Amino acid sequence: MKYADEFRDPVAAKALLDAIARVVDQIGATAEKPVHIMEICGGHTHAIFRYGLDKLTPAGIEFIHGPGCPVCVLPRSRVDECIELAERPEVIFTTFGDAMRVPGTQKSLMQAKADGADIRMVYSPLDALELARRNPDREVVFFGLGFETTTPSTALSIQQAAREGLTNFTVFCNHITVPPPIKALLDDPHMVLDGFVGPGHVSMVIGVHPYDFITKDYGKPIVVAGFEPLDLLQSVLMVLEQIRDGRAEVQNQYARVVPEHGNAVSIAAIEDVYEMRPTFEWRGLGEIDESGLRIRDQYKAFDAEEKFGIGYAAGPRDVEDPEGCACGQVMTGRMKPVMCPQFGKGCTPEMPLGALMVSSEGACAAYYQYGGARAVAAK
Amino acid sequence: MALRDERVTLAHGGGGKAMRDLIEEVFTSVFQPDGMEDQARLDCAALAEPGAQLAMTTDSFVVDPVEFPGGDIGKIAVCGTVNDLAVGGARPLYLTAAFIIEEGTEVALLRRIVASMQAEAEKAGVRIVTGDTKVVGRGMADTVFVTTAGVGVIPAGRQMEASKIRAGDVAIVNGVLGDHGAAILAARGDMALSAEIVSDCQGLGYLVEAVIAAAPDVRAARDATRGGVASALNEMAEAAGVAIEIDETALPIRTEVKGMCEILGLDPLYLANEGTLVLFVPEDQADAALAAMHALPEGRGAVAIGRALDGEPGRVTMRTLFGGARIVDMLVGEQLPRIC
Repeated sequence: MKYADEFRDPVAAKALLDAIARVVDQIGATAEKPVHIMEICGGHTHAIFRYGLDKLTPAGIEFIHGPGCPVCVLPRSRVDECIELAERPEVIFTTFGDAMRVPGTQKSLMQAKADGADIRMVYSPLDALELARRNPDREVVFFGLGFETTTPSTALSIQQAAREGLTNFTVFCNHITVPPPIKALLDDPHMVLDGFVGPGHVSMVIGVHPYDFITKDYGKPIVVAGFEPLDLLQSVLMVLEQIRDGRAEVQNQYARVVPEHGNAVSIAAIEDVYEMRPTFEWRGLGEIDESGLRIRDQYKAFDAEEKFGIGYAAGPRDVEDPEGCACGQVMTGRMKPVMCPQFGKGCTPEMPLGALMVSSEGACAAYYQYGGARAVAAK
Repeated sequence: MALRDERVTLAHGGGGKAMRDLIEEVFTSVFQPDGMEDQARLDCAALAEPGAQLAMTTDSFVVDPVEFPGGDIGKIAVCGTVNDLAVGGARPLYLTAAFIIEEGTEVALLRRIVASMQAEAEKAGVRIVTGDTKVVGRGMADTVFVTTAGVGVIPAGRQMEASKIRAGDVAIVNGVLGDHGAAILAARGDMALSAEIVSDCQGLGYLVEAVIAAAPDVRAARDATRGGVASALNEMAEAAGVAIEIDETALPIRTEVKGMCEILGLDPLYLANEGTLVLFVPEDQADAALAAMHALPEGRGAVAIGRALDGEPGRVTMRTLFGGARIVDMLVGEQLPRIC
């Protein structure tokens, strides 16, 4: 923790906050005319609220919460498919804990488990692999979800399963990539974004160059950031300085973790196992070209979509979001959580309408958890 | 030694000789309850004191794994019930213990659990006076479930309850937070984290008595078990109709526990404890309460973590390291580890 505490030093934070206030003044940003900075990653959204940074930074900065919560961006149909898989008698369905409470059309995985489905929470796909080895008479399916942060570990588990010749291990692949939804948001004429705080752990895998288009094609600054409060404050300052100076560069604040060109071993594993789907459906953004991954033919024995005939293998499926649910709007930063008519009323952590309220990286969960249900009263 | 079996079978629940052997050799020979009747007959002298109140509580214990660093299910069962009595101001006197045992459970494991219950009961000054055993088929229970009930006496004139907390009162914890929850997570071994964290499982009866002696106007105490300190504070704030503010820099949390929480995305404020209490005392008695706690091993790490305030009733907030504030709400469901 010594390592983490250094990045939570109140004195250093104060100095950064002072510097931020100065640059905001130099830009001339005010509460009425703020600079809009999008933190792409849900982990950053939560850190901002956990440390109260939204209240400590000047009113001239408006944080727009981006689409970087891997559970939140999945359309409900994908959750339904998980439950369909999990309820097959031969299946042990394995998932990260985060996905357990996300509501599908009828129920969540948590409810399906209570109804008798064999659903196990795991900490890594390698745990799922171990379950497959120990239960040769069962089908172990791993719910592969997440951005480039989690994709390599799923790829490695598939490579390992192939080496061992396991025939009862598959991955329900819902891995997605960060740059395409950013591009979709930048192309949206209704969005006003002045700069980005870039995802730290995704960049640890892919490096900083996949963001070059943000600076070159759209002229917006982006700073790849760590997750500690000082990381975030420093990154915000760097974004603001770029805006003040009229620069648009990719900067790396999180250089202690993020190498410029990413992690070659991880990238090679991803390349080996996955290929781009032509399109993938995002909640709130619709189908986005080349934004999701599927398992290559070479490894199709480990593809749950192939084996069980679901997901994209079963053709398109239309599932509407529940009425009044504005998850899509919130997820893409078009609406603040508390502006959603359902926030804290029809949608709470106990009875969620959408994933944003229950995922550990969901924006609504952050507002609710750290602003409390009282945020509702305040609006 | 009539009991030759290494493992419990359904025969040990059948009501016959096998059951009697199990009960006598594993349980009653250690607990030594009075008499042979199927009931405890207790001396009412303590109760006869005018104005005294009888306190009763019961709790069931299911923990996976049943043995973990710092304790086992038996130790928790005794500590948990003793602590439920103690935090209400009662002097714990008698416990009952009922066991639901899964077929196939090792007899040696039962003996270890019973020994640790007896040791803990002696330490806490309580007696296990009656009990029960049932054996269920494999898969119908997870090794062993324990239910304990406890009886204690609240002396005349003593009244500890959360509704007595007033703005200005100081919140004190007796030591580090979250050790039990973290130890259990680590002991389950499905995290590939090797952390040397030991459960804080301990009885708090003497500690509460010491606090009452030093700070006679102590308002209320809570055993911060499931849901952690955050949940205990929320319950107290609600019952008292006050706001509570805690100070992040004051929270005693072990480096290893913090580290584990960082990795898994958990909040130590919500981790379970099995020997940690939160209590409120008037400000002018806080130093005396702390000094009394520091004199006992189970209170050595006692610190003030915050105070009750006039403010929105039921609201618990935390002043963060930078002077920001955030709400510390009740936990919804259970904490789930994050994706990345």
